[in-house]
Amino acid sequence: MRKPFARCLVSATLGMLAIGLSQAHANDEVKELAADPANWAMQTGDYANTRYSKLNEINIDNAKDLQPVWTFSTGVLRGHEGGPLIIGDTMFLHTPFPNRVYAMDLNEEGRIKWMYEPKQDPSVIPVMCCDTVNRGVAYAEGKVFLHQADTTLVALDEKTGEVIWSVKNGDAGKGETGTAAPMVYGDKVFLGISGGEFGVHGHITAYNIADGSLAWRGFSTGPDDMTLMDPENTTHLGQPVGKDSGTATWEGDQWKIGGGTTWGWFAFDPEENLVYYGTGNPSTWNPVQRPGDNRWSMTIFARDIDTGMTRWVYQMTPHDEWDYDGVNEMILVDQEMEGEMRKTLVHFDRNGFGYTMDRVTGELLVAEKYDPVVNWATHVDMKTGRPQVVAEFSTHQNGEDVNTTNVCPAALGTKDQQPAAYSPQTGLFYVPTNHVCMDYEPFEVEYTAGQPYVGATLSMFPGGRVSGDGTDNLGNFIAWDAAKGEIKWTIPEAFSVWSGALATAGDVVFYGTLEGHLKAVNAHTGEELYRFKTPSGIIGNVTTWEHQGKQYIGVLSGLGGWAGIGFAAGLTGDTDGLGAVGAYKSLSSYTSLGGVLTVFAL
Amino acid sequence: MTRYFAILPAIFIVAIASSSSHSSEAAPEYVVQDGQVDKATFNGYRRFHGTCHACHGQDALGGSFAPSLVESLKTMDYEAFKQTVLEGRQVTDASGAVNAMPSFGNDKNITKHLDDIYRYLAARSDGVLDPGRPPKLPKPK
Repeated sequence: MRKPFARCLVSATLGMLAIGLSQAHANDEVKELAADPANWAMQTGDYANTRYSKLNEINIDNAKDLQPVWTFSTGVLRGHEGGPLIIGDTMFLHTPFPNRVYAMDLNEEGRIKWMYEPKQDPSVIPVMCCDTVNRGVAYAEGKVFLHQADTTLVALDEKTGEVIWSVKNGDAGKGETGTAAPMVYGDKVFLGISGGEFGVHGHITAYNIADGSLAWRGFSTGPDDMTLMDPENTTHLGQPVGKDSGTATWEGDQWKIGGGTTWGWFAFDPEENLVYYGTGNPSTWNPVQRPGDNRWSMTIFARDIDTGMTRWVYQMTPHDEWDYDGVNEMILVDQEMEGEMRKTLVHFDRNGFGYTMDRVTGELLVAEKYDPVVNWATHVDMKTGRPQVVAEFSTHQNGEDVNTTNVCPAALGTKDQQPAAYSPQTGLFYVPTNHVCMDYEPFEVEYTAGQPYVGATLSMFPGGRVSGDGTDNLGNFIAWDAAKGEIKWTIPEAFSVWSGALATAGDVVFYGTLEGHLKAVNAHTGEELYRFKTPSGIIGNVTTWEHQGKQYIGVLSGLGGWAGIGFAAGLTGDTDGLGAVGAYKSLSSYTSLGGVLTVFAL
Repeated sequence: MTRYFAILPAIFIVAIASSSSHSSEAAPEYVVQDGQVDKATFNGYRRFHGTCHACHGQDALGGSFAPSLVESLKTMDYEAFKQTVLEGRQVTDASGAVNAMPSFGNDKNITKHLDDIYRYLAARSDGVLDPGRPPKLPKPK
């Protein structure tokens, strides 16, 4: 009896040692880099996804004196999402397909140290539903990680741009593509997958930084050994999920082509050792063809960083009928909720609800609309977590071949992937949003591997057409109180705000517009402090860093993405004479394509 | 001219979109009357906006990603249309950037409805059909 016990103890100790070592290892480097506000060491700014910088040289009083100091053309025309990384004196900048990476010397206004351009089969281009975007590179241990359009993940030597290792994460022939930024935590690099419009089988995958070998892969749908769920210990709002929950709410084998892609941002909580992210729409867009809740599409996941085992899930939009992907970022912030400090997760979903959850237990604390025009559900039942769907706007209840009209938000969501920011100084979240509604008509489609699997016709128009308030703006930039679930202030924007926000210790918040403006606003009031018209529409995320004692702001211009494709030619052509139709059509009269990084300073 | 057709209320427009004499097959024809369309053309509208619009834009007006088919079909005949959709094509522009149209030859959501999609696009290209979701003609009695 004694011996096995002793052996148990030893192995337990070894296990703890191993975990301790791996956490102390690479983690420290990236963590230290990110803790120094001179760097912008990961796409999301920090593991909590706050996109907040402690730099405060640029403040409310002097932001008006900002000016562009240098610019850089990426040589690529398509939609430029994401932003640069800044590690010490070096900037790492990516482009959309063909997915170039530039390493640039900040001591010489961005002189190119090396450039990497992979060879990819151009047949991947049209398999990317919403433009050939890429949301940026990651850095750790002297390696720069690039997620190519064809789903190849490469580790490049930081000094030379040479490929150290390369691994294929998916099959573009099946419609699996790469747009999401890799994220590094500990000794692993985490990768999502795109292709929800092609009936792919979504997953998140962790690769070992050292050699690109697979650490674990967790699918969004499927039996427990694929979803990495424990029927007893994995919970949904506190209840065990039960056996094979990832197949139980699908008909037959539909979960195999069920979507649930993972192309958003990942967040990490070192104390809980959990990685958080959301899954996308169930395929097809025709809900009638896939009865059931379609778990775990449209779901917030909390997985163990080391093993991938799922701690908890929360499905926001069971049985999606509108393409409200759940991939938007999870922002991890500790806040006071009704007098008690909670470790919370804040998430602005495509479905128009802003969620605040307890990120340890997965308890739902707040679910409120962050655009008043949202109408597909009256509210979220806080006990069951289920949105209370309004029959009039249910594309399933209305059925195939019926045009369900005036649904808000549109499939674009009240917000898409463009990340929000959080300032601990104001306690507010700064959220780029869409103010767009839609008509949606589902119809029957057949699945063919590698071919679009959509099954719905949409037309989109300004939210004002549904609210009837006479407005025709397509976007808003809002400040949100996540403890109360309230909008603090709103800046209407003519077009969708498709740019990631930045909050700073100078109490200045930055974002970009589709017309191409970089804007700086007062974090307390939303008052505009500065604007500059960059060469193209902005769908990139605003970044800040410090070099030789000076604070810089950088943003990628480069119209494109879903917004750029859909909007460039006019979003809707309904002949009802609404002035807003003209507004849509006019985006092409404000700006054109072109990838340019613009760098600002005082 | 085409505008003139579109606003003439009582005229039953049956366009012969196949202008090219070397077509081996007659181009499918659309029916547009008072801005209302026949079942086939409506189906084309719907199938177009289920797949093609992702690149070619709402109402086939094009986008930054792919050309306006309202324009393209002014010079592209039915045979060339069919070939492009079924086989796809790649073009490298002056900057070296590749534009790629995939092959839809094994996509039943396209191949089964190819003629209807053509009908819709031809009506749009001929200027007889406005943007937006077209109302359907009443069922023939």
